[in-house]
Amino acid sequence: MAIQASAAVTAGDTNALLRLWRNKEARAVIIQILTLAILFAFFAYIIDNAIQNLARLGKTFSFSFLEQPASYDINQHLISYTSQDTHLRAMTVGILHTVLVAVCGIVLATAMGYILGVLRLSKNWLINRIVYCFIEFTRNVPVLLHILLVYGIIVNVLPVPRQALDWSKTAFLTNRGVFIPKPVFEDAFVWTLVAFFAAVAVVWAYRRWARKVQEETGKIYPVLWPGLAIIVLLPTLAFWVSGSPLSWEVPALKGFNFQGGMVMRPEFLALWLALSYYTSAFIAEIVRAGILSVAWGQTEASYAIGLRPNRTLQLIIIPQALRVIVPPLTSQFLNITKNSSLAIAIGYMDIVATIGGISLMQTGKEMESMIIVLSIYLAFSLIISAFMNWYNKKIKLVER
Amino acid sequence: MDDTAAATQKYPPGKHPSLPPPGLSTGPLLWIKENLFGSVTNAVLTVLAAWLLWVTIPPLLQWAFLDAAFTGESRKDCQAQSPGACWAFIQNRFELFVYGFYPVTERWRPNLAAVLLVVALLPVLWDNVPQRAKLLIFTCAYPFVAGWLLIGGLGLKPVTTDQFGGFLLTLVIGVTGISFSLPLGVLLALGRQSKMPVLRTLSIAFIEFIRGVPLITLLFVASAMLSYFLPPGTDFNLLVRVLIMVTLFASGYMAEVVRGGLQAIPKGQYEAAQSMGIGYWKMMRLVVLPQALKISIPGIVNTFISLYKDTTLVIIIGLLDPLGIGKASLADAKWQGLSTEVYIFVAVFFFISCFGMSRYALYLERKLDTGYRR
Amino acid sequence: MRKTAITFVAAIAAASAVAPMAAEAGTLDDVKARKELNCITNTGLAGFSYTDKAGKWQGFDADHCRALAAAVVGDGNKVKFIPATGKTRFTLLNSKEGDVLFRNTTWTYVRDVDVKLSFVGVNYYDGQGFIIRKSAGIKSAKQLNGATVCIQTGTTTELNLADFFRANKIKYEPVPIETNDEARTAYLAQRCDTYTTDASGLAATRATFDKPADHVILPEIISKEPLGPAVRHGDDQWADVVRWVTYALVAAEEYGVTKGNADEMAKKSANPEVKRLLGTEGNLGGMLGLDKDWALKAIKAAGNYGEIFERNIGPKTNIGLERGLNAQWFNGGLQYAPPFR
Repeated sequence: MAIQASAAVTAGDTNALLRLWRNKEARAVIIQILTLAILFAFFAYIIDNAIQNLARLGKTFSFSFLEQPASYDINQHLISYTSQDTHLRAMTVGILHTVLVAVCGIVLATAMGYILGVLRLSKNWLINRIVYCFIEFTRNVPVLLHILLVYGIIVNVLPVPRQALDWSKTAFLTNRGVFIPKPVFEDAFVWTLVAFFAAVAVVWAYRRWARKVQEETGKIYPVLWPGLAIIVLLPTLAFWVSGSPLSWEVPALKGFNFQGGMVMRPEFLALWLALSYYTSAFIAEIVRAGILSVAWGQTEASYAIGLRPNRTLQLIIIPQALRVIVPPLTSQFLNITKNSSLAIAIGYMDIVATIGGISLMQTGKEMESMIIVLSIYLAFSLIISAFMNWYNKKIKLVER
Repeated sequence: MDDTAAATQKYPPGKHPSLPPPGLSTGPLLWIKENLFGSVTNAVLTVLAAWLLWVTIPPLLQWAFLDAAFTGESRKDCQAQSPGACWAFIQNRFELFVYGFYPVTERWRPNLAAVLLVVALLPVLWDNVPQRAKLLIFTCAYPFVAGWLLIGGLGLKPVTTDQFGGFLLTLVIGVTGISFSLPLGVLLALGRQSKMPVLRTLSIAFIEFIRGVPLITLLFVASAMLSYFLPPGTDFNLLVRVLIMVTLFASGYMAEVVRGGLQAIPKGQYEAAQSMGIGYWKMMRLVVLPQALKISIPGIVNTFISLYKDTTLVIIIGLLDPLGIGKASLADAKWQGLSTEVYIFVAVFFFISCFGMSRYALYLERKLDTGYRR
Repeated sequence: MRKTAITFVAAIAAASAVAPMAAEAGTLDDVKARKELNCITNTGLAGFSYTDKAGKWQGFDADHCRALAAAVVGDGNKVKFIPATGKTRFTLLNSKEGDVLFRNTTWTYVRDVDVKLSFVGVNYYDGQGFIIRKSAGIKSAKQLNGATVCIQTGTTTELNLADFFRANKIKYEPVPIETNDEARTAYLAQRCDTYTTDASGLAATRATFDKPADHVILPEIISKEPLGPAVRHGDDQWADVVRWVTYALVAAEEYGVTKGNADEMAKKSANPEVKRLLGTEGNLGGMLGLDKDWALKAIKAAGNYGEIFERNIGPKTNIGLERGLNAQWFNGGLQYAPPFR
């Protein structure tokens, strides 16, 4: 009797469970709880393993090594740095280098990509073919090889410092980098800056006013040229009035190498150029697709209402093409940032080469260093994505 | 005046044969005028381009072919022959570049695996292949068959993975990455579309993490950090760890490609399936995924191309892909200083294979694009 | 709350950490069971480890791996070479991927104590030097003010370099480079004025120049670089094996035992130390957990220390290194094997 009863209870339980399982919402909840449980178990397991392994090797998990002196030198640094500075400082230098090459790369790749994309649509057969070959060659060869090749060319083909190619003895091109004069600002230069910002503010106000007038009356005031004129002339005037408070430090050959001035080293140049032209090949295709995606009827309609070709391009084609261009462009920008990590192959000291490379090597803190490197790249990606999403929203077709 | 009169005399009205068109309006000259010198800008561009070609191409050809040395046993031999490229090095180490350290007696196995790869790809690349359904089953089984062939065991002599190298390694990483990342990517894409918040959040977090970090840092994780997360004493070889990382990496990108495909399926398809009362997995398997995957194929091929190119990065953690083989061989004192030749050789290899694949993706895009066209 | 969680995790970890540590087998048993030695070497360094045409690893370090394999598993060809870059080498060892590290690795305090390696000897005494063009007219490293210096990254050389220039209060510009071949190319293209690395590496690199005589190696050796095999911290038995196999090769040279005459010496030698070394008297091998003739096998597989040196990096090879500090102690060098008794 008792056995029967318990059997009945079990059957009832099973049925209840089955019923719960057949209920769509309940099932969803169960699946999610299970997933979470498995996930937590998994993380607990690997963290436990990590703690055991670290204990076995007698290592500790702490970020205090960042406070110790790095004791290695970095050849170029945007902020002051010596070998006695901490690993944290070295890491900051690395981050700034990554940012520098990523930003420069994004700018140059966009410009080159735009030009190549337009040239690819050119009616000139020769240009069309050359650009086509360039794009295909570039896209189909790994970016690491491009970087190594460009670096090899810069180092082996450009002249050594003693035979530098010069531009009227002020800028020099050598296989140790491009040396250009460095501006030395005096205190009074501040007035030129003030004038510049004032000019920008004036132009911005003028532009708003011109827009408003155009919307109300249809009358168009020129904005571009007067605006440029104000921005150029006002600071120049301030510069003269305050007594030209700017001098140039010209690089000169002293001893082994050029001293003074500003220098772009071959490692930076190679990485920058290679990343830019590699990515520009992808951007060119995106731009081409974007321009082609705007129906020809749009152009015709624009001409029909009397807009001139450049106004058509500016007001009709580009805004519509941008909507197609921006989303894939975002991922190209992300790619440049991520590919900049290949700097390590040619010795440009970015994040991976500093904290993820030499610091990691000297301290043996693999786990901590890699966590830092991964988080920094994630942060970069999130920032770029957020910015591009914002921009994308701004240019999106406003549906009424 | 007389001439005209004579001409009119010769031909009756309407019988005059067509005169040749004026000089520049036909034939190659017209083509040149229209396509190269259509406007001032065009002419300038043409001249510039021609100059660029003239400056770059002849010296390159001179170095790569006319002045190149193709035979020799050391760099000194090459230099004795000619000032150009020293392809003798590539020739000398060719087998190493292709197979890495794979035992000489067992090299029929990678060869067979390569042939089978072509067979396995046939039904994917070509709709009209006979017996497609059966071949597709083989395609799904291929990664395991190839794995067995290459690693051995079950009757074949075992070959350890550290003996893989060169283009063989490139292919192993590429093919494994793509074949395992596709199912994973589909699951992630479905997870991202899921109505369950936990699954959705987790999928999004995973995908965004993978897409937010460079592959090389993930490879560093594989080489430096992963062993900490395994139970103590587990011996897990480097290639397997790299394959896992590459697969996870590719699956993040694959998920986004598949998501694009899923979003392109009209809602009506889902609703129609649901109204017929079929469950979620059946609906996905029979209705949605076949359509979604079909439109995603070009994207999948493109993901594959970039993954394939990214395999060169494994050199940074010490696996010997073609570049790595080149470096290890260049350490031989007889051959030092020939890195340009290695780079160019590897670049040409990648160009040929990737260009082929991207052409195929383009062909597919055209074939699948049945929509409105200008 | 967070603290409790951490304590909790830590407690679990502590509890579970004890068990596997006791159960872990020694590396020696692992290698014997596997019948193969996993040896971490350089991905490519002339004379020390590089691949030949048949794809076989050759060089000074590679031969040491072979000798060790012969002593432990009885066959010098039972070696799995694991090429490692400067960055991956310690991880490969610590993650148990490799059993021993023969990758021209400098024995330093931090590596021995903090990175948790055990260095078990020195098979090559090296020091960091500079190579520079003769035309630069430089006679001493102290004249290198403002010079551009190529270095291999991920090594001790960049730390030494920073120290040297700081101590002498002169400025320089480092150009970090990944491999020796790339550094060679950069130096020849005059990307840098001077290239600094271990003096052995400099000599090896200079030998491959088109005009070696146009370049000089500066007299300053700015660091001590004892290069030697390393094993994981905490496995004393395995450390002993690696240490004594390395010393056996050195001792063999001292007593004139070579690859060719080893068998004969084992039978006929009157020197009791040679007899003990080669296993015809006593059972030194047994104490190590190896066969009686472990050293004999090692010597037969790779030759004695002198032979390995001459074959790979000695004066008759392309590399052309003199014995120098690496001569036997009775010839004024530092190679000195403790007694086998």
